[in-house]
Amino acid sequence: MEKHILLAHGNGGILTSQLIENCFFPYFQDPLLTQLNDQAIIELDGYRIAFTTDSFVVDPLFFPGGDIGRLAVCGTVNDLAVGGATPLYLSIGFIIEENFTIEELKKIASSISTAAEEARIRIVTADTKVVEKGACDKVFINTSGIGIVKKGIDFSGHNAREGDKILLSGDIGDHGIAILSSREDIGFETSIKSDCAPLNLLVNDLLPHAHYIHSMRDLTRGGLATILNEIAIQSNRSITIYEDHIPLKEEVRGMCELLGLDPLYLANEGKLVAFVHSGSAEEILSLMKKNPLGKNARIIGEVVREPSKKVTMETQVGGSRLIEMLVGEELPRIC
Amino acid sequence: MKYIDEFRKKEPFKAILSKIKSLPPQTISLMEVCGTHTVSISKSGIRNLLPPNIRLISGPGCPVCVTSLEDVDRVIMLAAEGKIHSRYIIATFGDMMRVPGSHSSLLKEKAKGADIRVVYSPVDALSLARENPDKEVIFFAVGFETTSPTFAATILQAMKEGLDNFSIISNNKLIPPAMEALLNDENITIDGFICPGHVSAIIGTTPYQKIVTHYQRGCVISGFEPLDIIFSIYLLMHQKYSGTPKVEIEYSRVVRQEGNPKALKVLNQVYELSDAQWRGLGTIPKSGLGLKDECALYDATRKFDLPQPEVSEPQGCRCGEVLKGMTSPTECPLFATHCTPSTPVGACMVSSEGTCAAYYKYER
Repeated sequence: MEKHILLAHGNGGILTSQLIENCFFPYFQDPLLTQLNDQAIIELDGYRIAFTTDSFVVDPLFFPGGDIGRLAVCGTVNDLAVGGATPLYLSIGFIIEENFTIEELKKIASSISTAAEEARIRIVTADTKVVEKGACDKVFINTSGIGIVKKGIDFSGHNAREGDKILLSGDIGDHGIAILSSREDIGFETSIKSDCAPLNLLVNDLLPHAHYIHSMRDLTRGGLATILNEIAIQSNRSITIYEDHIPLKEEVRGMCELLGLDPLYLANEGKLVAFVHSGSAEEILSLMKKNPLGKNARIIGEVVREPSKKVTMETQVGGSRLIEMLVGEELPRIC
Repeated sequence: MKYIDEFRKKEPFKAILSKIKSLPPQTISLMEVCGTHTVSISKSGIRNLLPPNIRLISGPGCPVCVTSLEDVDRVIMLAAEGKIHSRYIIATFGDMMRVPGSHSSLLKEKAKGADIRVVYSPVDALSLARENPDKEVIFFAVGFETTSPTFAATILQAMKEGLDNFSIISNNKLIPPAMEALLNDENITIDGFICPGHVSAIIGTTPYQKIVTHYQRGCVISGFEPLDIIFSIYLLMHQKYSGTPKVEIEYSRVVRQEGNPKALKVLNQVYELSDAQWRGLGTIPKSGLGLKDECALYDATRKFDLPQPEVSEPQGCRCGEVLKGMTSPTECPLFATHCTPSTPVGACMVSSEGTCAAYYKYER
């Protein structure tokens, strides 16, 4: 194991997993935490409470399709939503660098307020800290969220079953490309906007069919590839996806070709995958497609029998290749 | 992108594949001599679609991988010395950073404080030289015929501007002499070459003629999409069965018979042929590009007294055999156990175009 933290420890890929395993698990052993879901679901006085937290360090703070404020709301809302929870309350903590402009902070606060309204979540507690110049980069935000989960809903990553169809709610990679194109040192422009959006608005439409949904995850840092690998490991199953079924904007694909990036590893902030009972897949897909957040939804693959816990992809020409977890550093500080 | 899609379609691919399957099932070994081809074959899953009589082997086509350990060690030592004197900035391509040397890597030296910059192009290194007039910017140059003209153009630009704090350590190499060296090795069986598309866009078809006339092996210059590769395989098999080896251009949307005369002119202005040391293949006569006397000012090997490293090869690493196509990555006992992309033992696992990295990522 490395002696020092590398940027890649924060990319949501294999090094993040190793860090959690080696550095945190020896000290944090609560059975709710070690399930490694996006949220903990706590039974409390007959209610099922979903609880989650997330920190946001995106660079730049403002990017096409969003900003750190919108991201901070949507990120936490989405972690609650994919647990089948109705998000209710949100906390916000700011760590602000000395000399940051009040004007920009107001802009971020306004964006947080708009996003919270859109996601129908209340911001009920907050905190502010200021650090010396250089002790953080402009502003970092932490949000925690609480939601309530109805009885019978369990979308844990452990539940994927053989034969399940995998639904993806729309085009992948928009957030990653939007951030990349807004970085000063890259020197190209695109019309791609971040997909940053509160997914509870979509998940809510699917809840009447919750019984047929076995696992659900929102796609974030490590991209589609990493999420699929996580579920394969948690559920002890293998997964096959089909390259020509994966929705992807032409422009995103073009940028990936140019820059040598793999869209399967690009970050997303408003997409989810659902592992659903095969007999209900078409019905749930059509529900997804009716919602603007799921209009490009597709069935991209299925859970297969092999016990190897591998994710493979059938390529466009009919070959097969391995899809592993993100190994190196794709792009730091994307959320 | 629509245009690229045409080269990834399932139907024409399957049609060519069935033509290949209809040929007599004679054993044939074809080598792709370009890292980008290796990655494309792994990534599209072509290997497993082919009938078992066709063996695709990967050659010395990744410029980072073929750089000899001694050359890597030398730059690592130079970087470490530069840290003490703070006189140098070492510039290089990203993949070079993590290549393990005998005792360290450029990445480790950078973490310890050596001034090493990753650049995307030699032109960026020239900007570094302009911005740091009190320091020498030394470019650790690797690359084949595709990359070398850019280095040559950069040196011509430096000459024009009178910049005297920019120099390169040229590890630039040529592909056709390496192909010949492999054919001269009795232990290696190669029935035909999938020739590199972008290298050939510069050099054209002439440098491959000797392989056809002297060694009687087919050469097909191929593009990088799955359809390009499968069609090139078909052409090579057809050549073999009809007993008519020749140089064919499959990648005709990019490659011309005469190559790129403008790039070749620039290349000849700056470089001359030299012997070069290749990882795995040893020294191959006239397989490298050294700077001409007129450009000595930009040649770090003449400008400075460069360190002479004592090389110690990592134990068990079979990169040398992998680069010659004698060993498949999965046959190396270190593959995916001791040697992984996050803990590479040999160069072939580091570079994004390395054979071992491609097998690890897509074909485990």
